[in-house]
Amino acid sequence: MISLKINKALCGAKGEMNLELDLKIRQGEFLAISGESGAGKSTLLRILAGLEKAEGEVLVHGQDWEDIPVQKRQIGFVFQDFGLFENMSVEQNLLFVANDKELADELLDITQLSELKRRKPNTLSGGQKQRVALARAFMSRPNILLLDEPLSSLNHDMRLKLQKDILKLHQRFSCTTLMVSHDASDIYRMASRVIVMELGKIVKDGTAKEVFSTNTSHLKGEILEVKKDKIVILVGQQLIELEVSKDKKFNVGDYVDVGAYFDFCASANSGVQKIPQ
Amino acid sequence: MHELLNTLSTLDLAPFALSFKLATITTLILFVVALPLAWQLSQSHSKVKPIIESLVSLPLVLPPSVLGFYLLVAFSSFDLAFTFKGLVIASCFYSLPFMVQPLQGGFESLNKNMIESSYIAGKNKWVTLFRVALPNIKPALMTALIITFAHTVGEFGVVLMIGGSIPDETRVASIAIYDLMNNLEYGKAHIYSAIMLLISFFVLLSVYIFNHKQKYFKGVRA
Repeated sequence: MISLKINKALCGAKGEMNLELDLKIRQGEFLAISGESGAGKSTLLRILAGLEKAEGEVLVHGQDWEDIPVQKRQIGFVFQDFGLFENMSVEQNLLFVANDKELADELLDITQLSELKRRKPNTLSGGQKQRVALARAFMSRPNILLLDEPLSSLNHDMRLKLQKDILKLHQRFSCTTLMVSHDASDIYRMASRVIVMELGKIVKDGTAKEVFSTNTSHLKGEILEVKKDKIVILVGQQLIELEVSKDKKFNVGDYVDVGAYFDFCASANSGVQKIPQ
Repeated sequence: MHELLNTLSTLDLAPFALSFKLATITTLILFVVALPLAWQLSQSHSKVKPIIESLVSLPLVLPPSVLGFYLLVAFSSFDLAFTFKGLVIASCFYSLPFMVQPLQGGFESLNKNMIESSYIAGKNKWVTLFRVALPNIKPALMTALIITFAHTVGEFGVVLMIGGSIPDETRVASIAIYDLMNNLEYGKAHIYSAIMLLISFFVLLSVYIFNHKQKYFKGVRA
């Protein structure tokens, strides 16, 4: 069990804020951390890794980690920009963590990097670098695995494959995993629990289904463009064009409740939707 | 032409040998001293960091006579003035910023997460320094070593005050040129100066070519 009760002043996306967390994570849990940029997600990982200090306490299996240096925490960490050792080959990056050739070969095989093991990181693509960082994170046989957007540079197929691989490795090493991600599909497929952070605080906590499911009757969209008898609305990452009554006045930037329209036009897919009068 | 050959054949190369001996010893000592200092400074957020940085950089702005005067006062009680040993110690002071600053700049330009990845891998600061940080700042390392060497070879003011001009002991090349000028031996002064000019140029050229190649190959590989 990991228990975090921490407080730290941060300069976030919207100015100064306090990271205030009271979080318990069960052994073996796969926790996804979602939320806007600057909400304190990466800082949470860094505090747990011992790379940053915070007031309060971090208890891991009942042991206070305040005085445990980062070197002794036995964690795996995948940074957003990978943090690979540029002077070492792919294989040497893994063996630097632990001189375990067998494990290195296995991880290189899983991440499909065996053929690239003699290459230096600056000759690899972003996706390949990300896979090296992932493989390296497992070399210490970590108790806790910290992933800061680990799949963001990957194409769809590799993403699906690595989702499975991470889950497999997470189970094999019986580690507790914390993953920062903005991607609902990654979170849905991989995480057993999700927290959503806003300005340094947890605002939602539950399963992916509970956290991300939206009641369609409260589905909101932002108006991006107002035409003569149509409006263009952004709902999530989807652009939708709706026919509207000429009598109604709409402004760009306003939020409108479009859920009711979807319910009304249940048969329609995307494209033009009828607005009920 | 005959006169030039005659001058060349009677040229005393001892001042150059002494200059290179001084520069080599100084560069080696400074590398050992400055490497941990530059590493600590690059990793530190301490309030005393600007004070240490200012002290390290003082020789860049201080008149050589001021540095020479204080060193002479300090050396007087240790019999170090006008000795080669004293010259080495003085050189370590005036060339210190030329070693520390490029190394510190190199360390500070490294990807922070690369250093942290090494700590997470269980490696301490010193393993991280020698196996991760140092191999990734080759151009800065090359610059630090060569510029320190070249600056020590070229220093005049402090060397004159601390070492004077004792042949085979403290009479380095820059002092020898000064002596030749004072003795109105312009022919030899010309040759000594030309040798210094060429050495300085090729030293700098080697640094720039090395750094250019490093950047070029990095770009090609990326």
